[in-house]
Amino acid sequence: MIIKQLSIFLENRTGRIREIADLLAQADVNIRALTLADSSDFGIMRLIVDKLDTALKCLKDNNISTALTSVVAVEVPDKPGGLAEVMNIISDSGFDIVYMYSLPEKKHNNAIMIMRFNNTEEAAGILNKRGLSILKQEQVLCL
Amino acid sequence: MWNPEKEQMPTSQLRKEQSENLRALIRRVYDRVPFYREKMNLHGITPDDIRSIEDIAKLPFTSKHEMRDVYPYGLLAVDRKEIVEVHTSSGTTGKPVVDAYTRNDIDLWSEVMARTLGMGNVDSSDTVQVAFGYGMFTGGLGAHYGAHRIGATVLPASSGNSKKQLQLMQDFGTTVIACTPSYCLYMAEFAKDQGIDISKLGLKTGFFGAEPWSNKMRLDIQSKLGIKAFDIYGLTEIIGPGVAAECCEADGLHFFEDHFFPEIINSETGETLPDGEKGELVITTLTKEGTPVIRYRTRDITYIMPEKCRCGRTMRRIHRLFGRNDDMMIIRGVNVFPSQIEELLLCIEGIEPHYQIVVDRKAMLDTMEVHVEVNETIFSDEIRKLEHLEKTITTELRNTLGIQALVKLVEPRSIARSEGKAKRVIDNRNLSIEA
Repeated sequence: MIIKQLSIFLENRTGRIREIADLLAQADVNIRALTLADSSDFGIMRLIVDKLDTALKCLKDNNISTALTSVVAVEVPDKPGGLAEVMNIISDSGFDIVYMYSLPEKKHNNAIMIMRFNNTEEAAGILNKRGLSILKQEQVLCL
Repeated sequence: MWNPEKEQMPTSQLRKEQSENLRALIRRVYDRVPFYREKMNLHGITPDDIRSIEDIAKLPFTSKHEMRDVYPYGLLAVDRKEIVEVHTSSGTTGKPVVDAYTRNDIDLWSEVMARTLGMGNVDSSDTVQVAFGYGMFTGGLGAHYGAHRIGATVLPASSGNSKKQLQLMQDFGTTVIACTPSYCLYMAEFAKDQGIDISKLGLKTGFFGAEPWSNKMRLDIQSKLGIKAFDIYGLTEIIGPGVAAECCEADGLHFFEDHFFPEIINSETGETLPDGEKGELVITTLTKEGTPVIRYRTRDITYIMPEKCRCGRTMRRIHRLFGRNDDMMIIRGVNVFPSQIEELLLCIEGIEPHYQIVVDRKAMLDTMEVHVEVNETIFSDEIRKLEHLEKTITTELRNTLGIQALVKLVEPRSIARSEGKAKRVIDNRNLSIEA
């Protein structure tokens, strides 16, 4: 139920995201989801990709600081109150969200949110038991 | 002139006095300081070998490194009860250089700083604003003691807080300022921004040191503040400020050589060079009691100017410093070695970090940036952990060096390496005295 996300350290400078995109394109890696977190002089790019090992190798070969991070993909009903419903369950279960972002999906009735918790591994299991739909890595990539 | 009798002493008499003091000093340290005794034994020298000041070249050198190794009281030549004040230079992991003063040493320090201020004819009618730091930095108290000795009014402003500095100048009619040259120019700019013409405030003389400054900076200071600027030289290892100072001729700094004996050596061979030849300055404290220093290698490059000075002083001069022969940087008057920063980063992360120090001078003040490469060991997926790391490094740098640095996390391999070795320091300041 845990999904592996690729995190990349980036300095804030012109053209840096393009360079990463070029590298991944050359390695034939498809990006399923992406978000950028930024501070005043650096940023962290977080990616869900189809070929994790290929992506990791190509980034490391180019001296880019990367880390694999565990995250959870949660299905959120695509209707008013959908997110509130999910958040109530998470909050009642006592988990804190460190960050979250949404995954673009094409032909699905629900929205998908990628979430990192203070205790991601435990959160995945418990939230699933409490009725949230947690997607597996393959499912996310097949969407 | 503060002390014409001493400062205009005939050279023959000066050499005689130096010889006597050196003989007594060597006997004293041989008896009381195991550090010096062992070194002299190792070189096969006894106090009997030192008869006159010319024999000084027989004695072994003392390095900053050795002084750190015997921290804190390894150079003490008197009973601890005799010590009335202690200063230290910045260090890492608790190993700075220590200068411990007896009451006589404070007296001596006051005397040489009174001579320094006397170069600009400071007297009891003057108000001296000391804007050198006072906290574990010899600049503040050194200037303070000198002004006291003269009987001038002291404003112990310490460094920083420019608004307060200006207020003091206006309200108390400061006539003399003592600070780092870059801080002086910063204050001039600050005053201008506040709509105050600092050249109209009654300042007439300034004493500047603790960092390199160019002749252009001198002209800037003199025209912007409407004062005469004097270059002063000193170092914590010896006593603090008051080792040498410029007279009104502004052509070299008179060495107070009745107390601090200067030599110039070839830094590779250690051989003593004749007056007039450029090399590394070596200093011996002839009269200091607490922590005497024998042939200290300053790493400062200059030459001795033996010619008679028009001001009438007989003490030889050294040329304004040309630079250093090691990697020490002077940032806002604080001595910083790249190795201190490296040690500190190692302590924080426990891994060998790739880092680079970028020094610049912006709006008259030195700035220091420390770039640290984020390798996979320290990379975290969470922004706040990385921000916390930046903050920790900043705090540690401030605590250890007393300098506010801007810490920047950068990508791996982004710091240029030449032949596998990273260039640790980029200094964009133009510190040449001719600049």
